[in-house]
Amino acid sequence: MDIAVLIKFVPDLVEELEIGASGAALDRTFLRLIPNEQDDHALEQALLLKERHGGTVTVLTLDTGDVDETLFTAVAKGADRVIKITGDFGEGINNHAAVTVLDTALKNISFDLILTGTQAVDDLDGSIGPLLAARLGLPYVGYVTGVTSADGKIVARKEYPGGLIAEMEVRLPAVLGIQAAEKPPRYVVTSLIMQAMKTAQIEETEAGAVEVRGAAGVARMSRPEATTHAELIEGDADQVADALVTLFKERGLLS
Amino acid sequence: MSQDVWVVVETLRGEVLDITYTLLAAGRVLADGLGSKLTALLLGHNAEGWANTLGAADSVIYVDHAALADFTPDAYRKTIAGVIKEPTPRIVLFGHTSMGMDVACGVSLDLDAPLVTSCQTVRVKDGQPWYVSLTCGGKIVAEGEMPGPTCAVTMIPGGYKPEAGRAAMSGAPPVTKTQPPTALDDLRVGFKGYIEPPAGDVDIAKAPLLVSVGRGMQQQDHLKLAEELAAVLGGSVSASRPIVDQGWLPSSRLVGKSGKTVKPRLYLALGISGAPEHAEGMRDAELIVAVNTDEKAPIYDIAHFGAAVDVLALLPALTEKIKAAKGRGA
Repeated sequence: MDIAVLIKFVPDLVEELEIGASGAALDRTFLRLIPNEQDDHALEQALLLKERHGGTVTVLTLDTGDVDETLFTAVAKGADRVIKITGDFGEGINNHAAVTVLDTALKNISFDLILTGTQAVDDLDGSIGPLLAARLGLPYVGYVTGVTSADGKIVARKEYPGGLIAEMEVRLPAVLGIQAAEKPPRYVVTSLIMQAMKTAQIEETEAGAVEVRGAAGVARMSRPEATTHAELIEGDADQVADALVTLFKERGLLS
Repeated sequence: MSQDVWVVVETLRGEVLDITYTLLAAGRVLADGLGSKLTALLLGHNAEGWANTLGAADSVIYVDHAALADFTPDAYRKTIAGVIKEPTPRIVLFGHTSMGMDVACGVSLDLDAPLVTSCQTVRVKDGQPWYVSLTCGGKIVAEGEMPGPTCAVTMIPGGYKPEAGRAAMSGAPPVTKTQPPTALDDLRVGFKGYIEPPAGDVDIAKAPLLVSVGRGMQQQDHLKLAEELAAVLGGSVSASRPIVDQGWLPSSRLVGKSGKTVKPRLYLALGISGAPEHAEGMRDAELIVAVNTDEKAPIYDIAHFGAAVDVLALLPALTEKIKAAKGRGA
């Protein structure tokens, strides 16, 4: 089975997020972008399927910044091809525009299955997986936490609230949105990534025209205005521990 | 084109899911603001009776077919897009959920309707429908107009209590029963069956006190500090998504969107940022205490008390002090 994996770069939420001068988008000057975590799970699921059934894994990403290390890491983990789609993505592009770019890039790639994260942390206009599936005319199942394959079909384990799973039989080719791979994403040692940097080739392809339609515009961005805020307990760990013991006692939680 | 608002109902194994009532509450705000009607779109098989609980809508369109008995993205998308087509409503609301997100993108493209996702509240502003969406793990609010002529919207819980959408306006709404407008054969996604969640070692929904761990715990080894605290408190350890995805705890311990909804007497959130997916599973706990070094973490907007100290430094101290306090017969 030949699998294409799509990786989106998203703001690192650990860092402070600043809103730009327009007041309607993030300030990208110092914005640190990292690969979307669920996309890393999509890559892991693809590698697990390759180990079980053979085939190839091709990773595609839009060149929105420092993407090379992520692509070389994918090679070190076992990806066969890594492709960087270049274009003018300076201020970031929304998901509707991104899928038009991915659609073009995928025309030159043979695949039975496309895997990507169920969603990305900065999605506002739908998610890459279902939008791309609709554009390509392929079936889509999201919130997937495991995939098995037999007889040209796959069975996706789809997650519902409370940990309930629905098994869905999906005809190929198809797109799946991965919530979590069957196993935590594998770790590769730096030496293997260094080796990939020396030996592997990142293929580059031009994005071509970017169609922008279908997303609702953003008029204003802000930080959430909370109606309530936690009462903060000051002090070091020891003082906080004392305060919490007092609080728990008052609430009758220690009896 | 009309000014009407439609809600796509979500059901699972004979039950209407809570997100539906949240959508109906939001839909009511929009329909009342636009002076239009609210329609609930229910798909299923022999499921007409469920329409009785959708009284917040002015009417229900019920599509019955054997292939709609259990959700599949293919059959549901085809049916929803087909039914909505004529006449096209102003707004279609979906849950930002496992079912809703599987179909909302496809339906929006089928209808050539702009799409906005993960909205928490909606309103009508100067005669135009307006969305307020939560993005970047709940750290950023994005808002704007819902463009016409038809706009597809997905909503997360938290903005409207399901009770608000459960209230019947005037008893059961009128139901129009219909067939799928397009043939539901040659489907590419088939439903095979359900797999029950593994019987957990602990039912966290029943635990009176929860010590809940998130990414801030950094390493699997550190989880034993939380286990020790839970043991002296007489509670259990639960977790947010990254901990379960790393395989550090079983999925039976997951709190939030795809896990359990919990309402313990104490919810101690350790190194949890409080993304909307997590918040929806724990915001109704009696007492929420958050410990997170990021003072801007959204968890502090839900918690009653918080401390921006290192979880790993706090845990041993807190465990010892509680042990001592209990030892004194506190």
